[in-house]
Amino acid sequence: MYDFAQVFALVIAHSRTFTINRPMSLTREQIENIAHLARLALRPEELPVYQQSLSAILDFVGQLDRADTGNVAPMAHPLPGLSQRLRADLVADSDRHEVYQANAPQVAAGLYLVPKVIE
Amino acid sequence: MSLHTKTLAQLAKGLRAREFSSVELARAFLERMEASQPALNAFITVMREQALADAQAADRELASGATRTLTGLPIVHKDLFCTAGVRTTCGSRMLDNFVSPYDATVVAKLKAAGAVTLGKSNMDEFAMGSSNETSYFGPVRNPWNTTLVPGGSSGGSAAAVAARLVPVATATDTGGSIRQPAALCGVTGVKPTYGRVSRYGMIAFASSLDQGGVIAATAEDAALVLREMAGFDGNDSTSVDQPVPDYIASLGAPLAGLKIGLLKEFFDKGLDQENERRVREALAVYEKLGARLREVSLPNLPLSVPVYYVVAPAECSSNLARYDGVRFGHRCQDPRDLMDLYKRSRGEGFGAEVKRRVMTGTYVLSAGYYDAYYLKAQKVRQLISADFTRAFGEVDVLMGPTTPTPAFEIGAKTADPITMYLNDIYTIGANLAGLPAVSVPCGFVGGLPVGLQIVGRHFGEAKLLNVAHAFQRETDWHTRIPEHYR
Repeated sequence: MYDFAQVFALVIAHSRTFTINRPMSLTREQIENIAHLARLALRPEELPVYQQSLSAILDFVGQLDRADTGNVAPMAHPLPGLSQRLRADLVADSDRHEVYQANAPQVAAGLYLVPKVIE
Repeated sequence: MSLHTKTLAQLAKGLRAREFSSVELARAFLERMEASQPALNAFITVMREQALADAQAADRELASGATRTLTGLPIVHKDLFCTAGVRTTCGSRMLDNFVSPYDATVVAKLKAAGAVTLGKSNMDEFAMGSSNETSYFGPVRNPWNTTLVPGGSSGGSAAAVAARLVPVATATDTGGSIRQPAALCGVTGVKPTYGRVSRYGMIAFASSLDQGGVIAATAEDAALVLREMAGFDGNDSTSVDQPVPDYIASLGAPLAGLKIGLLKEFFDKGLDQENERRVREALAVYEKLGARLREVSLPNLPLSVPVYYVVAPAECSSNLARYDGVRFGHRCQDPRDLMDLYKRSRGEGFGAEVKRRVMTGTYVLSAGYYDAYYLKAQKVRQLISADFTRAFGEVDVLMGPTTPTPAFEIGAKTADPITMYLNDIYTIGANLAGLPAVSVPCGFVGGLPVGLQIVGRHFGEAKLLNVAHAFQRETDWHTRIPEHYR
């Protein structure tokens, strides 16, 4: 059905065109929007780099379309028949906020400090 | 007396026989670690003072006769395992100054077994990489040839064991990060079943794939460590409550009648011919031991790389949302407002590959694209998993190459992420299906080590270690040490 030769061939074809002009599936505006959703400040020179590589990645993962998954349930857990275990809703930890806050960039009176949020 | 060429099992015997002390052991390996740093850069933190103090305590314990399984034996942890009071960076600028307030379960269990931690090994940033070039702390170099990569993401752990800077090291594997560097450095790497080793205190990358394991010179050494690492942990909701077998006790079981499946799809175009020859020679060794070989086909397996590059980035974008510049980790200078604080702290704190994966994940999970990418990938993942189940109905273990080629030049694949992603083409399948897998050294190509990969049934670590150990009793590839480090 599929073989690794096809995957390699695809990647070789892809790397040949990687540095050449090829139609990109994502626009610069889409990259800016994704970066905003991901809360990442990008430098202007990073935008074309991510536009190119994210477009290439999406093209590459696009080969999943070829798989027939008509009656297949999505995999929810890596081990067959298992699901996420829940624990009893009980307090199990002691208060260690001072220890945890030792790693915080800015703390005062046991509170994390951030720039003013409400005017 | 050269301590560094001994296996962990031999060092354990020597310690108990008082041939040398734990302090002598720690000193010998600490010196090798420090001396190797300029050439290999395998460590982010060397814990000299703490290690010597722990070794002294171990010597007192040894003198009293009351010993635990790993008392006084040196170990290094990949720098994504949290170590209380010790900097834990995950190879990232984001966590450059992070001092963990607690021990990962793996760290705590190995401490409880008596092991002495010598340091924290270098790694690809947040375990995202296959060459160790994405580390904020600089690339690790391959001890067989320092112009080459050691593989990744556990490149520091693999290079350290290969150069015998430490007898064993912990590592983690999300898409091949234990097995691929183990293969490229000529050491033994064990990725257990998903849920076998606790992920508590292991900095998360992709939670449905991440699994902790071990890199060692031999399968026997790996078994000694895994026996202590494995087991149920209530602090990890994906930990599975299954008894841990004595991996040492079953190491010597005979292999006669073992049914080995050759992964047909792996022996195809793309696999280096010399590399293939080494793997086929290894298979012949198993035939000689009485195992039966047959080819098996897993038709959906070639789709594992595209599935992985949807699922792993999706989970990473979610897991890495916690780095907000507020509670811990890097914070930018003079933020204008909260949004600016988030964006610049993350933009500055994460390196290029981590940002690429966070954005890929953000995109495939965003409204309107979820079904086309994430849901589709999880369905194909189900097909791949079913292929493995079918194969294990016919055979006991699956074998093939660990990587398509031996180690490559530093810088050779950094420009094109997808070419880099193909390094894990043979290893990702086991992660998608949650299966245990090991890589054992099976020879050399142009002076560089390559690995044989063995994949087992869920919770079949004992069988895998048995099969790997049998190979190492017939061959001496695992005893080879790079010239400069002998």
